[in-house]
Amino acid sequence: MDAARISEKNPARREKKRAKPLIRSAGIRLALVYATVFGVSAFALAFSLWYSTVGLLQRQVEIAIRNDATALADHFTVGGLPSLAIAIQNRLSDNPDGDAIYLLMDSRGGRIIGNLDHWPAGLNQTEAWYELPVSRQGAGSIALLRAFALPDGDQLLVGRDVRARTQLRRVLQEGLLSAMGIMCVLGLVGAIVIRTLFRRMIQDIAATTRAISRGDLTRRVPKTGDGDEFDELAEIINDMLDRITRLMDGVREVSNSIAHDLRTPITRARTRLEDAALHAATPDELKSAIERATDDLDGVVAVFQALLRIAEIEAGARRAAFAQIDLAPLLDDIDDLYHAVAEERGLFLRTTIARPLQFMGDRELIQQAVTNLLENALKFSPPGSVIVFRAVLAGNIIEITVADHGPGISEDDRLRATERFFRAESARSTTGSGLGLALVSAVAQLHNGTLTLSDNHPGLRTLIALPQ
Amino acid sequence: MRILVVEDDKDVAGFVVKGLREAGHTVEHADNGRDGLFLAASENFDAIILDRMLPGGIDGLRLLETLRAQDNATPVVFLSALSQVDDRVKGLKAGGDDYLTKPFAFAELLARVEALTRRGKTDGPTTRLAVGDLEIDLLSRGVKRAGQKIDLQPREFRLLEYLMRHAGQVVTRTMLLEGVWDYHFDPQTNVIDVHVSRLRQKIDKPFELPLLHTVRNAGYMLRAEDV
Repeated sequence: MDAARISEKNPARREKKRAKPLIRSAGIRLALVYATVFGVSAFALAFSLWYSTVGLLQRQVEIAIRNDATALADHFTVGGLPSLAIAIQNRLSDNPDGDAIYLLMDSRGGRIIGNLDHWPAGLNQTEAWYELPVSRQGAGSIALLRAFALPDGDQLLVGRDVRARTQLRRVLQEGLLSAMGIMCVLGLVGAIVIRTLFRRMIQDIAATTRAISRGDLTRRVPKTGDGDEFDELAEIINDMLDRITRLMDGVREVSNSIAHDLRTPITRARTRLEDAALHAATPDELKSAIERATDDLDGVVAVFQALLRIAEIEAGARRAAFAQIDLAPLLDDIDDLYHAVAEERGLFLRTTIARPLQFMGDRELIQQAVTNLLENALKFSPPGSVIVFRAVLAGNIIEITVADHGPGISEDDRLRATERFFRAESARSTTGSGLGLALVSAVAQLHNGTLTLSDNHPGLRTLIALPQ
Repeated sequence: MRILVVEDDKDVAGFVVKGLREAGHTVEHADNGRDGLFLAASENFDAIILDRMLPGGIDGLRLLETLRAQDNATPVVFLSALSQVDDRVKGLKAGGDDYLTKPFAFAELLARVEALTRRGKTDGPTTRLAVGDLEIDLLSRGVKRAGQKIDLQPREFRLLEYLMRHAGQVVTRTMLLEGVWDYHFDPQTNVIDVHVSRLRQKIDKPFELPLLHTVRNAGYMLRAEDV
């Protein structure tokens, strides 16, 4: 059903991908961000450059005009109007082509001396900056001007020709504008380059994941070997894929085991029923065959239930049922329950339980895990031998030990003993599903604990260590 | 007893209905949630056997919740393929009195249903229980048979108490595990048989008439007359 749904959905999804607007492409978005950041910073740089250059020139001119005016005012204070006129005359004749502009007018509006043809239109306040068009010896220009009132009603105009500066400003402006254009182009090119790089980097990942979603689990993301972030990502993805593959293998192995292990009792039940149907001579024979077949099927159900339980535990679904409990009375109960069984079989169950054993966990699961260990010990112990059942507190770790003197498990097998359906060679002849230790291990892991198997010289020693 | 079976699987329902009738009960059957709720709410039953997943828009949980909301306290045994611990807890929280997972043995179902209906009747606080010439005092924890004092371990006492509370009924091994040891899973070994045989040694062995009987393929029963 799943496969059908995927193949139904895929073409539509691909269609959508092709039709998506450019802004939906992460590459384009990244490129746009790059272009914007580049453009804004370039603009900020140009603007500050422009402002500081032009502003500095302006301030320099203003200072020159003020100094000039102060010097002229001194002349006026010392020698009156004639001295001032001479000073202006001297300056103009010293530097006839200079930028300096002077104009001295008497109170009636008559021109006394200066290099301006007439009082510039629009300049009507003293002690204020003006930037106005002026006419110098018939030629038009632009000047920065400041007028000063003299005590007897005369007016002095001091200024500087700023045509050159205005030109400079225009040149700068034009330069900056064209630079902006270039920046835009560069930004766009950069964006395209980034997008291409970005695409190429994710292309490997996309190709691999696409192949995997089509079912080829052997594919891995190739590494560039640069050790960059994309290499790191590739490594993480590959680790994830490895884990998925391992899990899939595990699932496959378990399903194979289920198929195999359940086939045996099912075959037995089927054979019994068929045999009874064909050969049973009396109703009693028939009945007993049916009963035995029912027992076989109950065994199958028990295996299923154990498997489901393990899956449930491994999924961590039971953490919700965790509660603060004292393990000591719980273990006492188990001891009570199995002491009788041990005696019945001529075994000695030596029990030591420290108390209290405060613990946060699932009561029922701990009960089942410990029961599994004890039942294993009872099953494999030779008559007359001792089984040690001990629960102690070591630091903040609760250690529950069950040790028997049975055949034990060989060192190689111990590693695999907690796998589902694993049965050691010595256990093949006994009843059991091979799920007991798998469940114990799952329970221990759910409680952040461990299950350790070791040699009891002879026999098996199992230890569940659970952090409080 | 009048028992309502709400179960949509024809084979399972037929098997259960037939078995219950053979055991001497009157049985009504509904094969969907709606009819089941209608029957349960409009008639009086001593017990209801209820499937969780039912057709007809009302599943077992809803049915029971509706019933309990109407102050209907009829004992309910869930019979469900949903076997996770969570499912069990949900069923009991919704007001179920017992929870049995499929597949099940009919003897187990019958024993549990009969145990439930008995429980409903003897709710008053009792201090003494007696079966034949065997009597126990729940306050002093004393056990006597034919006037003779019998010493029991605390757990043996609880086992006997459970059996006596269900005297005349079949008690399965799982019921004993749950009721006496609070175990909710089946051990591989015959733990219960060992404990019952020890108890039997103490209460039956020295006397002529056995009280604690083994019921083949089902469990145990404590009663004065022969089974």
